[in-house]
Amino acid sequence: MRDRVWIFAGLALFVAALTSPAWYALANAKSSSQPPKLQMPANQKECVAPAGTMRAAHMKMLIQWREDVVRHGDRRFVAFNGKVYEKSLTGTCLGCHNKQQFCDRCHAYSGVSTPSCWNCHSDPQTVARSITRSTP
Amino acid sequence: MKITRKDFLRLSGLSLLAAGCKPAVRSANQPASGTGAAPTQLTRWGMVIDLRKCREKDGCNACVHACNAAHNVPQIANRAHEVKWLWTEPYATVFPSAQTGYAPQTVTETMVPLLCNHCADPPCTRVCPTQATWKRDDGIVMMDWHRCIGCRYCVAACPYGSRSFNFEDPRPSIASINPDFPTRTKGVVEKCNFCEERLTRGLKPACVDACPQHVFAFGNLADPDSEPRQLLRDRFAVQREPELGTGPSVFYLV
Repeated sequence: MRDRVWIFAGLALFVAALTSPAWYALANAKSSSQPPKLQMPANQKECVAPAGTMRAAHMKMLIQWREDVVRHGDRRFVAFNGKVYEKSLTGTCLGCHNKQQFCDRCHAYSGVSTPSCWNCHSDPQTVARSITRSTP
Repeated sequence: MKITRKDFLRLSGLSLLAAGCKPAVRSANQPASGTGAAPTQLTRWGMVIDLRKCREKDGCNACVHACNAAHNVPQIANRAHEVKWLWTEPYATVFPSAQTGYAPQTVTETMVPLLCNHCADPPCTRVCPTQATWKRDDGIVMMDWHRCIGCRYCVAACPYGSRSFNFEDPRPSIASINPDFPTRTKGVVEKCNFCEERLTRGLKPACVDACPQHVFAFGNLADPDSEPRQLLRDRFAVQREPELGTGPSVFYLV
């Protein structure tokens, strides 16, 4: 047991090294256990599916919508409650949600990289802003 | 349980008979699919372009501007990188085999609007390795930009030069982005979609609505009473390079 000091010192160093990213993030206020503050749509109370489903499977739904619209010309989405929506990211989703205050915030919080949707599809609100800015 | 030789043989025989009958039963259950005459096409979108009316207002380009604005078509100065959906070329370039040498200058020197021909038998769809471009049941040669890998086989296959490749990011070259339609990204091919997104809303293509001369007649070629069919009955029309066997859906009244 003569090496006890060394063993415990080494263990402490190991634990410190292992948890260092968490300490670093806490010290720099880059991370918190608080969920992100998402701006909810003002004009709607209900999404095209229950919130839990949307949270877990919105990406699958968007891929499905994409296939339906582009490949089959099917733009009609009948929601769980019988309401009919147009299958459109920029029309239906962004008609209510704010991309920066909703989509981007949660993606940033969850560490999910920005999806390639925005390489081509435009956020109507950003586009509207850039037009008003460019016109004197 | 013990099985006798007789029972075993009887059981095997019945099983073989059942397996043999399966294809017959299956075909009897689905009499409509596949067999019989080919289904008649109910819709084939097509366009008739009246060049006589177009000549009256040569160089107006309202159709081109409407198309570019509706579909976020970038305006790239470098001709090697240019992207075109609807554009114009001189008559001699469009109809190289229809030169008599004696046609009036008003005909040969005016510009002719060009777009994807939405061929009946499109060569571009045949070469696409990812089925990013395909022919829809209504005759529109559609593109799925999500699936395009930018191999440019279709660009090489199209005899009409209707397809453009995005050699650079198109967004900086779009004056004002229409958020209702996606832009494209570097590395994909694009072309006219016959305003598929407007047709689903019951509208006519943007160029048709924008033309002050009503040069474009758009409608269903499968319907004998449609506007393009009536025009094609009354006047002599030409297609671009019909000898290639592509069967263009865009017709020109010269």
